[in-house]
Amino acid sequence: MKHRWSGWALVAGTLAFSATASAAPPTAEMLSNACAGCHGTNGGSAGPSMPSLASQSKTAIVDAMKKFKSGERPSTIMGRLAKGYSDADFEAMGNFFSKQKFHATSQVVDKTKAAKGAELQEANCSRCHLDDGKDGKDDTPVMASQWLPYLQMQMELYQSGKRKMPEKMAEKVKPLSREDLEALLHFYASVK
Amino acid sequence: MTLDRRNFIKLLGGASSLALAGCASQGGPAVSAGSANEIMAKTGRRVVVIGGGYGGTIAAKYIRMMDKSIEVVLIERNDHFVSCPFSNLYLGGILKDLSPLTIKYDKLAANHGIKVLQAEVTAIDAAAHTVVTSKGTLKYDRLVVSPGVDFRREEVKGYDKAAEEIMPHAWKAGPQTVLLRKQLEAMKDGGTVVMSAPLAPFRCPPGPYERASMIAYYLKQHKPKSKLILLDANPSIVSKGPLFTKGWKKHYDGMIEYRGAKKVTEVDVKNKTVIIEGIEDVKGDVVNLIPPQRAGDIAVAAGLVGDDKRWCPVNADTFESTKHKDIHVIGDASIAGAMPKSGYSANSEAKVCATNIVNALNGKEIVGLSGINTCYSYITDKEAISVAAVYAVKDGKIIAVPNSGGVSPDLNEAEAIYAKSWLNNILTEMSS
Repeated sequence: MKHRWSGWALVAGTLAFSATASAAPPTAEMLSNACAGCHGTNGGSAGPSMPSLASQSKTAIVDAMKKFKSGERPSTIMGRLAKGYSDADFEAMGNFFSKQKFHATSQVVDKTKAAKGAELQEANCSRCHLDDGKDGKDDTPVMASQWLPYLQMQMELYQSGKRKMPEKMAEKVKPLSREDLEALLHFYASVK
Repeated sequence: MTLDRRNFIKLLGGASSLALAGCASQGGPAVSAGSANEIMAKTGRRVVVIGGGYGGTIAAKYIRMMDKSIEVVLIERNDHFVSCPFSNLYLGGILKDLSPLTIKYDKLAANHGIKVLQAEVTAIDAAAHTVVTSKGTLKYDRLVVSPGVDFRREEVKGYDKAAEEIMPHAWKAGPQTVLLRKQLEAMKDGGTVVMSAPLAPFRCPPGPYERASMIAYYLKQHKPKSKLILLDANPSIVSKGPLFTKGWKKHYDGMIEYRGAKKVTEVDVKNKTVIIEGIEDVKGDVVNLIPPQRAGDIAVAAGLVGDDKRWCPVNADTFESTKHKDIHVIGDASIAGAMPKSGYSANSEAKVCATNIVNALNGKEIVGLSGINTCYSYITDKEAISVAAVYAVKDGKIIAVPNSGGVSPDLNEAEAIYAKSWLNNILTEMSS
């Protein structure tokens, strides 16, 4: 009986509505909006451990997603999610997030550490992390205003060797103490 | 087999109401109950959204973000929303109260120009494009229905509204969750907590198992001689099974007794006893009965549910109901193919739906769905597990993209940290 009933309903349904035309492929906005549940509307994260994607360079997004997908960059769920997308999807997401406004956050940081970090940034990092880490160029991520716990978790991954530093970064980081690195992260978190 | 009389009459009934509705939309004034009592006269293009939870808030927000010329009215019966995700942590004693899970609508309304109407929706007149509420009626061009779930109480004999005050379901976060925690706190050490989970599909597939973990977490610290019996109507754990089993062995060995294929069909409230298919009684000092579920009452009343009379069939790219034109159903109430009934799914579906409503109202083409689900479950206060997936549409159905997604390799501390960030971000997205 049940079977026949569903058959009838199907007929009624077909009569009532015309079939929908097939859909266009997902747009950059469609692909990227799905990320916002964790990374915030338009990629502006509310923190504390998910990074803001807003205003990241396209190259940085594509590079990160490819490395998540291959497993080169360690993750919890990002690797599993990245496997659901093509390189073209990554490019589309990169385009979308690179066009979003820089997301300034208000965080409580240690002012002394941040001041020390500002000097260290100027001396060591500023050639790649431009404009106090606000300007993401090529594959350099936007560091400014990222949430401190996120920055600390990533630095942990670098220090443990699970995440690989670019060579130029490794050279600069090596002579710095744990306190220096912590100061740097406080600085970046404080930049608006 | 022939079409029996009862079903034939049902079919006729359905057809005649459709025909009547058709008349109303073509002819002169609609005969719907509410048109005399219209509030907020519609001037331009309007989308009405029913339900201010994980789906509705996001649909309302994204429509306004995409096209400010479309008026959006969000109707919600309460002046706040309490998240089901993370409410198990409150039961575990990890959260002191429900305030971190509670959002209000004022910032969302102000930031995006959404009109929030606190009212109960009592009927939907699909033909007249009218919503009837406790405060009057509203016209719409498109309607988004995001009502969450209600219960199939008729399948658990004796489980009426009064019974849930004794045996809370706590499957809608709020007073029910508070009641269940109070009962756990009042229970003596050495007591038995009985939980019952319904057959899938239900809201939050890993939810019952996370809850068992969190209640055991509480018992282990405060009432270590107690035990928890989880009666699962399903033959085995529905989601993240091996990880839950591993977590229970590691942290709650001997405390959680899992019993599959145990469908509770009746309750004896007076004796705090649940009855499994008329043949087995299980008594608890605290009973948490999670009843079988269906789409929220308003979706059923509006004829949006399908042949199963439980869930709402929808177009996979637009979430437009296949039962009624210009009405979209998102979140737990909808049949969204491979996308589970979860908060993140509802968030993701809402954005897909919003995109295609805006496109339709502007005469643009439908954009194909791209969706995500991410879902964390806590085993202890410090260890969690997750499941994640990416979705696309193939042959008119929502599928998980092959060779992607999946569950955590193991229990881990990082995900207990990320889960908190998940909550913070998703609630912020809904409330601002």
